[in-house]
Amino acid sequence: MVIESAPDFETQDLLINVGPQHPSTHGVFRMILEVDGEIVKDLIPHIGYLHRGAEKLCENNDFRQGVGYMDRTEYLASHNAELSYVMAVEALAELEVPERAQWIRMILCELNRLSSHFMFLGAFGVDVGVFGTPFIYAWREREALIDLFEEISGDRMMYAYFRAGGLAWEVPGNFEERVREVLVSTRQGMKDFDNLLTRNEIFLARTKNVGIISAEDAIELGMSGPTLRASGVSLDIRKSEPYMYYDQIDFEVPIGTNGDVFDRYIVRLKEMEQSVSIIEQCLERLNDGPIMPERMPRMLRLPEGQEVYIRTEAPRGEYGIYLVSKGGNKPWRLKVRSACLSNLQALKKMSVGQYVADAIIILGSIDIVLSEVDR
Amino acid sequence: MNNGIYGIEIAWLDAVIRLHIIVGLMTVVVMGLIYVERKVLARFQQRLGPTRTGPAGLLQSVADGLKLVGKEDLRPRNADPWTFELAPYMVFIPVFLGFVIVPFAFGMQVRILELGLIYFVATSSLGIIGWVMAGWGSDNRYAMIGGMRAAAQGISYELPLVLSLISVAMVSESYNLNEIVLSQSTYPNLLWQPLVLVIFIIAGLAELNRTPFDIPVGESEVVGGPFVEYSGIRWSFFFLAEYAALFIMGLIFAAVFMGGWAWPLGEELGRGWQILLVTVKTSLFIFLIFWIRASVPRLRIDQLMAFSWKILLPLTFAQVLINGAVLVYDAPLWILTITGLVGIAVLVRLIERAVRPSPAISNEVVTAGNEGAS
Repeated sequence: MVIESAPDFETQDLLINVGPQHPSTHGVFRMILEVDGEIVKDLIPHIGYLHRGAEKLCENNDFRQGVGYMDRTEYLASHNAELSYVMAVEALAELEVPERAQWIRMILCELNRLSSHFMFLGAFGVDVGVFGTPFIYAWREREALIDLFEEISGDRMMYAYFRAGGLAWEVPGNFEERVREVLVSTRQGMKDFDNLLTRNEIFLARTKNVGIISAEDAIELGMSGPTLRASGVSLDIRKSEPYMYYDQIDFEVPIGTNGDVFDRYIVRLKEMEQSVSIIEQCLERLNDGPIMPERMPRMLRLPEGQEVYIRTEAPRGEYGIYLVSKGGNKPWRLKVRSACLSNLQALKKMSVGQYVADAIIILGSIDIVLSEVDR
Repeated sequence: MNNGIYGIEIAWLDAVIRLHIIVGLMTVVVMGLIYVERKVLARFQQRLGPTRTGPAGLLQSVADGLKLVGKEDLRPRNADPWTFELAPYMVFIPVFLGFVIVPFAFGMQVRILELGLIYFVATSSLGIIGWVMAGWGSDNRYAMIGGMRAAAQGISYELPLVLSLISVAMVSESYNLNEIVLSQSTYPNLLWQPLVLVIFIIAGLAELNRTPFDIPVGESEVVGGPFVEYSGIRWSFFFLAEYAALFIMGLIFAAVFMGGWAWPLGEELGRGWQILLVTVKTSLFIFLIFWIRASVPRLRIDQLMAFSWKILLPLTFAQVLINGAVLVYDAPLWILTITGLVGIAVLVRLIERAVRPSPAISNEVVTAGNEGAS
C-alpha cells in the first residue's frame, strides 16, 4: 500500500551546524549538515578557522627559522613536516646529508608516524562511541613515543630538530636502547587495539561499508596516504619515489579493498606494523659518523632563480613543499601541499546519503590535522 | 490488601515513611554509584579515577553535587519555558516511582502490588516523555534530534522488555514481585529463562540509554542530546534519574532473574543477610553495565531499531509461546532451559545479519609486494 502525503504538507530539511566547537570535529573544522531525519542530504565544509599564514611567514624568516613553522603546520607529525622542508632546502643548496643523519631522520619520521597513527586510533575510537578506553590506550602508547622525542629534541610536539644539511645535535647516547624499548610497548599497544576494536562486532557494524570512496574518485580528488590506499591504490611515496634510504629497506604497503571507513582504519593499523619493522631495520644500519656536512656555511644562501617541489610520505599522505628561491637566505615563495586538505575534499562525497552518526566517523577516518589544512 | 503483613495499622503513614526512607537512601546510593562507575571505568582504562576529594576520592560525588548546585540555572532565550523547566522532573519522578514495588528484603518494600511488574514497566517508560520534552523545549537542534532518538528507542525497546518480564511472570505464575522472589527460593528463574535474561539485559541497556545504546545522548554526535542546554541543578536531576534507573533495573534483575533475597539461601535468612544478598546481585548487573560501557562502541540508530524489531521482539514472542505451551501441558521446566539456550545461539547468529547493513564484503586487506606503485 502506498500512502500519498497531501500536496500541501511540506517538510523542511534540518540544518545542523557541527563545529567549530564540537567534540568530534578534530580541531576547529566546521561542517553544516543538511539532514532529513537521520540521513545526511548535503554537507558544506568550512575551513579557515586556523589560518595563520605559515607559508607567508616563512618568506620572512631564514631557512633555519622556517623549520619551526613547519612543525606547527603538522603538529601531530612534526618530524615528517620538517623533513619535506629541509629536503627542499637541501635540494636547492645541493647539500649532501651525512649517512648517520639520514638514518636518524628515518627512525624519527617512522616513530612519528606511529605516534600520529596512535592519535588517530584513539580519536577514532571515541568518534565511534567507546567511552574513553581506546583514547587512553592510544594516549599511553603515544606518551612513550613523545617522551622519547622530548629526550632527543627537548620538546614534546614542536621538535625543530632537523636542519638543512642534517640534525640540530647528536641524539642521546642511549638512543638505540630507548627506541627498542619504546617499540616493545608500541607492539603491545597495537595488539591491544586489534583486540579492542578490530574484533568488535559493533565496531565492524559501524565501520564496514560506510563512507565508501572508489579508487577512481580518490585519485581524482587528489587523495593520498592511508586514505587513498584504503581504496585499493598502492601509492606510497616511500616506495614509488624512494627518498633517504627507503630503497634499502624491506617493507610492504598495506592497501584496502573496499575503500570504506574500516579499511582506512585497518590500513593504518597495518602500516604501523610496517613502521615498526622499518625502524628495526634502520637501527641495524645505524653507524657512528657526523650529523652535519663538513662544509656547512654559517648562513645558508640559496642560488638565485631556482625552484623545487619535494614530496614525502607523511602519516596523512603526501606532504609536499614547493620552494622558490631568488637568492638570499630566505625563500621567495613557499607553498605547502597539504595531504589533509586534499583528503578532506572527499568528505562530502563520502558522507552524503549516510547517517548523521556516519558523517562523524567518516570525518574521523580521514584523520585531518586542521592546522595543516588551514596553515 | 497486603499491608497486614507489616503489622502497621495506618497504611498511608506506613507507606509515606517507607517512601521517604527510600528516596533519601537512593540519593546516597546514586552518589555511590557515580563514584563506583568512575573508579571502575578508570581501572578499565588504566587510570586512577578520583583520588583527591576525601579518602580515595570518596567525596567526589559530593563535590560534584555542590558544584552543580552552585551553578547558574540557564535557560536559552527561545526555549519553551514550561517544557524546558518541567522536563527534568518528568524524567526524575517516574524513575523514583519505580521504587515503590522493589523488594529489598522480606517485607522491606513500600507496597506489594499484585501487578508489580506491569507497574514497573509503566513507570519506567513514562520517563521518555521527559526526554522528548527536554529535546523539544530546549530549542536546540542537537537536543531535538536526541529527543526524537530517545522516543524511537524507548518505544522500540519497551516491547522486548515487557515481553521478557511477562515470560518470567508466566514461569513464576505471578506479576507480584514478592511472589516472584518467593517462587525462586529453590531455583532462580535464570535457569528456566536464559534467553530472556540476555534479552532483558540488552533491552535494559537500551531503556537506560547506556552504551552501546546511548544514541540519544551520543557525545560525539549530538553532544549530550536532550541535555545539551541544561546546566546546574536541572542537569543533575537528569543525572540522578539516570543512575537511579540503573539501580532499579539492577534490583529488578536481582528480584526477577536471580531470586532476590530468597535464592540460594532460602527465605528464613535474617533481614541483614537478605539485603546483602540483593546488593550483591544488583552490583553484578551494575558492574556488567559499567564493563560494557568501557569496551563497546555505539550502535547507529537504524541498526538499533532493526535489532529490536527484527530480532529481539520475535525471539521474546517465541519464548512466550513456548512458555505457554510448556506450562499448559505441564511439561518439565528443563525444556525451557534447552529452548532458551537454543534461542541464545539463534540470537548470536542473527546479530551479525541484522546489525550489518549489507552482505559483508571480504575484509581481507591485501598487502602489495615490494615491486613499487601500481
